[in-house]
Amino acid sequence: MTPASSGKSYPDDRGHFGPYGGRYVGETLMPALIELDQARREAMADPAFLAEFRALLKNYVGRPTPLDFAARLTADTGGARLYLKREDLAHSGAHKINNTVGQGLLARRMGKTRLIAETGAGQHGVATATVAARFGMACKIYMGAEDIQRQAPNVLRMRLLGAEVVSVTAGTATLKDAMNEAMRAWIGEVQDTFYVIGTVAGPHPYPVLVRDFQRIIGDETRAQILEQTGQLPDLLVACVGGGSNAMGLFYPFLDEASVAMLGVEAAGDGIDTPRHAATLCKGRVGVLHGAKSYLLQDADGQVSEAHSVSAGLDYPGVGPEHSLLKDLGRVRYTAIDDRTALAAFQKLARLEGIIPALESSHALAAALVEARQRPPGQSICVCLSGRGDKDLDHAMRAIARFGEARS
Amino acid sequence: MTTRLDTTFATLKAAGHKALVGYITAGDPDFDTSLTLLRAACDAGLDVLELGIPFSDPTSDGPVIQAAALRALKSGMTVARVLKLVRELRRHTETPIILFSYYNPLLSYGLDRLAKDAASAGADGFLVVDLPPEEAEEFAPALAAVNMPLIRLIAPTTPPGRMRLIAQGAGGFLYVITRTGVTGAGAHALDPAAIRGEVESVRRASGRLPICLGFGIRTADDVRALAPMADGLVVGSALMKIVEEHAGKPDLPQKVASFIRELKQGL
Repeated sequence: MTPASSGKSYPDDRGHFGPYGGRYVGETLMPALIELDQARREAMADPAFLAEFRALLKNYVGRPTPLDFAARLTADTGGARLYLKREDLAHSGAHKINNTVGQGLLARRMGKTRLIAETGAGQHGVATATVAARFGMACKIYMGAEDIQRQAPNVLRMRLLGAEVVSVTAGTATLKDAMNEAMRAWIGEVQDTFYVIGTVAGPHPYPVLVRDFQRIIGDETRAQILEQTGQLPDLLVACVGGGSNAMGLFYPFLDEASVAMLGVEAAGDGIDTPRHAATLCKGRVGVLHGAKSYLLQDADGQVSEAHSVSAGLDYPGVGPEHSLLKDLGRVRYTAIDDRTALAAFQKLARLEGIIPALESSHALAAALVEARQRPPGQSICVCLSGRGDKDLDHAMRAIARFGEARS
Repeated sequence: MTTRLDTTFATLKAAGHKALVGYITAGDPDFDTSLTLLRAACDAGLDVLELGIPFSDPTSDGPVIQAAALRALKSGMTVARVLKLVRELRRHTETPIILFSYYNPLLSYGLDRLAKDAASAGADGFLVVDLPPEEAEEFAPALAAVNMPLIRLIAPTTPPGRMRLIAQGAGGFLYVITRTGVTGAGAHALDPAAIRGEVESVRRASGRLPICLGFGIRTADDVRALAPMADGLVVGSALMKIVEEHAGKPDLPQKVASFIRELKQGL
């Protein structure tokens, strides 16, 4: 597969992934984004910066995270062998920390002393607050009022780490509105504040910046599966909200034609109901939060509310690189509804002793469907992007609503 | 071809006056009230109307204009209905109308169709707050085909080299943002000395185009203080605050009109 057809050669100098991406922001932010892009290019070419990043990933985050063969889950499912990339074991409980360590280092290198971030499930907020504490920086996290309710443990964590959590009541009071409010705050204090975006969305250079910090997931997975099986995986599966854990897993494999990839969106109540967050499956092209990409919107270009049991997937946009990979046909995108994700959540707990995040449970549920359709000689790597401790109260109430799944 | 906008700035300049540019969200609180209110605003002496097409996620706007957008959307405002409003308004006034919005509703409507429909409705230009020159190539041909300018913005954070890039190919006027922050009353007060410095840099970089200042200009005193520096001043959130406070009351158009007359005295 050539880089152009695999999608690996993107973005261009101005942050375009084919027709997607770019920088759609007010002029006040443009100079900061240009400065950030320059700083990113210099940092990523600086061996000292990369060495410090790798050292922190090893000693502070606990990388490499294991690639764990799920023997009982595989036996129960029947079919392809299931391997779990255990990002749930990373410090602070999810893959988000890979990116915040990178952006925190970049912020320090640029002389910024304050971090701001948006958060949905709270994992990115926790990961940003964690890094702010480690680097001695001030930190403010914007979080939707509804998400503050359903992710209470993460709010406590952020406060304990010394961050200020700002409750956002505007609009739908979820991730989209938290990001709106973080962008507004950044416009007001752009000179001394670094905006730590948590996913491969937003204006250039964030999609490429976050991908490059998250590709460690795929780089490790590649080495680990080769070590364990001697072969590349047949399929990679990851959940997609904004899409950072998926881009991190997929990117190093894009040129490997034998490796199929599946991105899993949240179908909420069902993909044919109005209540879902399946942007790539059901959206059309638009511009939100600084980039052109698929978008859930009404006929008049107003952004729709997304719905998912998982706060981290509850977002009407998606990273622009995913839009390109969809159009190229390099990655297939599907959606899993709340009920099916909750069943996978319980199944993994009972069969493997691992409580996954609700976000990751969507990837797992889709991987189970795929495994059943594939022979035992094949292998599937699933990104277990985070742990589910944060979700317990909320998940248990949702499970009670649907009735407990039998495993 | 001389446009309504060019004529307005040339006429004001010849008379030694400055332009009062007023931002008002279309369809707030509803279509009929909005039309009455906009007529009253133009009759009261508004020199340029910046008419807001509401968007669900206005990331450059402060609380007042956010709330206005929500009220307008709730009343059923769409891009097509904003154009209808322009058409109705154009029957009553020659005041230039700049359509202000975010990119997504425009993209969704279809850029070629939008430029044609806006021109035939009687609009005079677009200001798309999240469409910097680097991304404007997609919309530029459609606007050029109907001889309509895309108003460009310069911020306090814009370095001089970039000001030249922005000024090249700009039309209508340059919108100079007077402070870092979203629209409306923020934490920082206006700093006339800093604004004077910024405007001087813009003049050096652009030369030709009229310059209008906006963001955080609220009172006749603000207007008086800044008017000597520029060709026009934009008042937005302060106007929309009056709409917010008087929505649903019969005296809303008169309240807006008397505020505009008060601001005009500062010019």
